[in-house]
Amino acid sequence: MNARVRIVALASLTMLVALIVASTYWQAWAAPDLANKSDNAIQQISEFTIDRGRIFAADGTTLAKNRIVHNGGRTYYFRRYPLGSLTAAAIGYATQTRSRAGLERSANDHLTGADQSLTGAIKQIGDRLLGSTIRGSDVYTSLNLKAQRIATQALGSNCGAAVALEPSTGRVFALVTKPTYNPNDVEGHYDRVLHINSPSCKGSSALLDRATQGLYPPGSSFKVVTTAAALDTGRFTPSSSFYDPGYCTEYGQPVSNFQDQGRAESFGHLTLATAFQYSVNSVFCNVGMKLRMHTLMNYARRFGFDQTPPIDLPGNALAISGLYKGTRLLSPSEDDHQDPGRTAFGQDKLLVTPLQMAMVAATVANNGKEMQPHLIDHVRRSNGEIERIKPQMLGQVIKPATAMELTQMMESVVTAGTGTEAAIPGIKVAGKTGTAENGTGQPNTTWFIAFAPADAPRVAVAVVLQNQTGVGGTTAAPIARQIMQAILTTTANSNS
Amino acid sequence: MSARTRELLILILVGLITVTGFASVYIARQNELSPGSLSYAGFFFALYLTAHIVARYTVPGADPYLLPMTALLTALGLTEIYRLNPTDALRQGLWVVIGVAVFSITLITLRHDYRRLESYKYLFGLSALALLFLPALPKIGLARNGARLWVHVGALQFQPGELGKIAMIVFLAAYLHSKQEVLAQGRLKDFGPLLAIWGCAMLVLVATRDLGSALLFFGIFLAILYLATSRLLYVWVGLGLFLVGAAGVYETTAHVRTRVIIWLHPWTTQAIPCPGEKPMTRQQCESYQLVKSLYSIAHGGFSGTGLGKGTFTLPSGGNLIPDLNTDFIFSALAQELGLVGVAAILLVLMLFVVRGFHIALLAGDGFSKLLSAGLTFSFALQTFIIIGGILRLIPLTGITLPFISYGGSSVVANFILLAGLLLVSQRANETP
Repeated sequence: MNARVRIVALASLTMLVALIVASTYWQAWAAPDLANKSDNAIQQISEFTIDRGRIFAADGTTLAKNRIVHNGGRTYYFRRYPLGSLTAAAIGYATQTRSRAGLERSANDHLTGADQSLTGAIKQIGDRLLGSTIRGSDVYTSLNLKAQRIATQALGSNCGAAVALEPSTGRVFALVTKPTYNPNDVEGHYDRVLHINSPSCKGSSALLDRATQGLYPPGSSFKVVTTAAALDTGRFTPSSSFYDPGYCTEYGQPVSNFQDQGRAESFGHLTLATAFQYSVNSVFCNVGMKLRMHTLMNYARRFGFDQTPPIDLPGNALAISGLYKGTRLLSPSEDDHQDPGRTAFGQDKLLVTPLQMAMVAATVANNGKEMQPHLIDHVRRSNGEIERIKPQMLGQVIKPATAMELTQMMESVVTAGTGTEAAIPGIKVAGKTGTAENGTGQPNTTWFIAFAPADAPRVAVAVVLQNQTGVGGTTAAPIARQIMQAILTTTANSNS
Repeated sequence: MSARTRELLILILVGLITVTGFASVYIARQNELSPGSLSYAGFFFALYLTAHIVARYTVPGADPYLLPMTALLTALGLTEIYRLNPTDALRQGLWVVIGVAVFSITLITLRHDYRRLESYKYLFGLSALALLFLPALPKIGLARNGARLWVHVGALQFQPGELGKIAMIVFLAAYLHSKQEVLAQGRLKDFGPLLAIWGCAMLVLVATRDLGSALLFFGIFLAILYLATSRLLYVWVGLGLFLVGAAGVYETTAHVRTRVIIWLHPWTTQAIPCPGEKPMTRQQCESYQLVKSLYSIAHGGFSGTGLGKGTFTLPSGGNLIPDLNTDFIFSALAQELGLVGVAAILLVLMLFVVRGFHIALLAGDGFSKLLSAGLTFSFALQTFIIIGGILRLIPLTGITLPFISYGGSSVVANFILLAGLLLVSQRANETP
C-alpha cells in the first residue's frame, strides 16, 4: 500500500505547492495592478499613514497640506486644500473613498515618498521596520496664483477653460476650468461636488477638467496650424494672393465665410497675411484643399494632435486632440476621406483641448520648438534632496523662419485684425481668434490663443468659452489678455 | 535524544516565536492593548506543556514534530485573531484549551489500542451522516453567506461538519479496509457503495449548498478508496461523477452558481444587477469580500506590513473585509507577514502533511495506514480548498483553515485529528 500512500502524499503536496505559487502570483506579480485598483481601500487608507508631501504654488503658497488625525492607535494624514477650488483642476484631490485625481494622482509616487534614491529607499525600509512614519516628498509647481485668480474671475460663470504656458520651458503657469469644485468637499460632501450647476453649461460635471479633457471644435484658432503647414511646406508665403468671393467652392457646393471675420462679406483680392488677420474662411478653405488632408493633419500631428499630451497629469484626465467621428478618434489612414476645406478653418470633425491649443501658441512663440508641458517645477525629498524637472523639447515642429512669419501674422491680428481686444499697451501681443459654429441657431464655442511679448515671448495662452453668442475676439481675447498681463507683471524671480 | 525530549525542545522554540509574535502586536498597537497581552504567550506555553506531558505518558514513541507544528499554527492563528479582535482571541484561547483537553482524552482513552474503533465503524458512519446533515435541519440549522454549515443551540454555534469529517474518515478507513479485496476486483455490483457515497456527497452539497464541503468529503472518500483498492479508475470515474453532480447543482442552485461566477469574473467594469441593491459593479456587490481579501493579500507584498501594522479597518473604525478572522484569516496573515510569512506557513502545513504520510508509510496494518493517510489527506485538501478559494484557484467556499482560523469546532476536530496521527505513529514505532 506504501506506493499508493506516496502517490496520495505527492498529490497533497502538489496542492500545497500550488498555493505557494498562487500566493507568489498575488503578492509579487499582480500586486502593483491591484494596488492601483480604484476600489482598493486598503492601499488608499494605508497611504494615509504616510506623511504625504505638500504641494506648493510658484510663490511658495501651500496648495495641499495634511490634517493629522489619531485614531485606533494609528496616525492618519488627511488632505486639506487651503485655497479650495482655485487650483482644483491641476492639483485634484486625494481621498480615502474617492481615490485620487490631478497631480495628487500623477505625482503620488513623489508625495508618498516612493521616489527615493537607493539610500533613501533603504532608509525607508528601516523606517517601516521601526514603525516610524514615512515622509513623502514636497512638490513645487510652477502655478502662478495671480494668473489662476484672474483667469478664474474672468471666466466667471462661463463654461470654459484657460491654459497658460511658458513657451521656452513648457512650465504651466495657469490651468483653470469653470465651473469647478472644491476639493475639500470630495471626501465628505460629494453630493455638493455633483450638484454644481452652471447655467451656461448644463449637464456637464464640475469634475471634468475642461483645460485638458474638454474637446471643442477649434474654429479659426486652428488656422495657426493650417498656416504653419502652408508656410513651412513652402507652398505658400504670407504674400501669396487669393480671391475671396465670400465663399469657397468645395465639392461643387459653396462654403460661406463666417461672421467673425473682420469686415465685409467678400474681400475680393487679398494676401494670405490679410486673410489670417481678418480670418477669412474661404482663403483657408482653398489652402486646405491645395495642401490636402494628409499634409494638414501631418502638421497637426507634429504639434501633438492624435497623441495624449505628455503633461504630468494622470492619463485619465487627458484627451487627445484630433479628428473625431462621434466619440471615436479617427486614425490617420482615414484622413483622405475627410473634408480638407472645412478642417483648414477648424470645423468639420476637428476637436481639440485648450492644452493642445496653448501648446500650438507656445511652439510658434518658441521659434517652432515645442516644449513638454509640465506642472511640477521641482521636488524636495524628505532628506532635503532637490530634484529639478528639466525642460524637455518635444521637437522642432516648424522652421524658425516659419515661426517668425507666423508671429508677424499673429501680431497683425491683435494690432488691427479680429483680436484687437487682446492688445496690451507697450507690449507686442501675437494672437488668433476662433469662433466655432455648433450648427444653425446653436451658440458658438469661442477661442483665443496668444503669446506675449511677441518679440521675446514669456507666456503663451489658450482660452476657450462654450455657449457664447459673441465671437472669439470679443469674449475670449480680453480674458487671454488679463491672464498674460498677470503673468508678465509677476517678476521672473518668484517663478523659480 | 528521545522523541519526546525533541518535541519539548521544539516546543520551547515555538514558545519563543509566540512571545515574539505577541510582543510585536503589542508594540505596534500599544495605544490599544495592555501589556497583559504578553501573558497570552506564557499561558500558551503552559497549555502545550500539558499536552506534551500527556503525550509523554500515552504516546512516548510517537512523531515529535506534529505537536510543535500544531502549537505554531494555533499560536499564529491566535496572535492574528488577537490582533484583529482581542475578545475573539480570548474565546479562541478557550477553544484551544478545550482542544487540548479533547486531545488528551483521546490519547488517554485510546492509548492501548485505537484499532478497536474498527469494530464500531457503522456507528461512526451513521454519526458522520447525522453530523453532516445537522445544519440542514430547520430550527437549529444556520445559513451564513448562503451556505448551511452551522448549527446553533442557544448562544453556542458550531460547524458539526468538522467533527463529521473525522467520523467519516474513521468509518471509511475501517469499512474499506474490510472490503479491500472485494472492491479491488472491480466488479460492477461492487460499485454500489461508491455510488451510495457519491449520492451522499451530492446530498450534502444540496443540503448545505456548499461546494467546498462536498468537495472535501468526496475527495477524502476517493483518496481512501484509491489507497484501499489501488484502482485509479475509481478516482477518475468518481471525479467525473462529482463534476456531473456539481454541474447539476450549478444549474439548479443560484448560490453555487454565484460562487462560480464570482470566481471566474470577480471584477466588472460596469454596473450589473446586484441582488437586493441598486445596480453596481460586481466587486462592490457579490465579489466584495473576495476582492477586498485579494487587495489585502497583495498589499502584504513580499515582506508584509508587520504583525499589528496591517490595514483592516477604515480610519473611522469600520471593517474593510468581512469575516476576516474565520474564513479570511489567511488574507490577514498574508497582509501582515507578506509572501515570506505565507510561504513559511504553507511550508509548515506541508511539513505537517509530510509527517502525516510518513506515519502512514510506517504503519503496520491496513486500517492504521488508511486512517492516518486519510486524516492527513483531509488536512491537506481542506487547506487547499480554503486557501485555494481565497487565492482564486478554485471557487471560494466557507470552510476553515486547520488550526489557524477562529472557530471552536474546527480547533477541536483538528486536535482529534492530531491525536489520531500520534496514536498511529506510536503503534508503528513501538512494533517494529
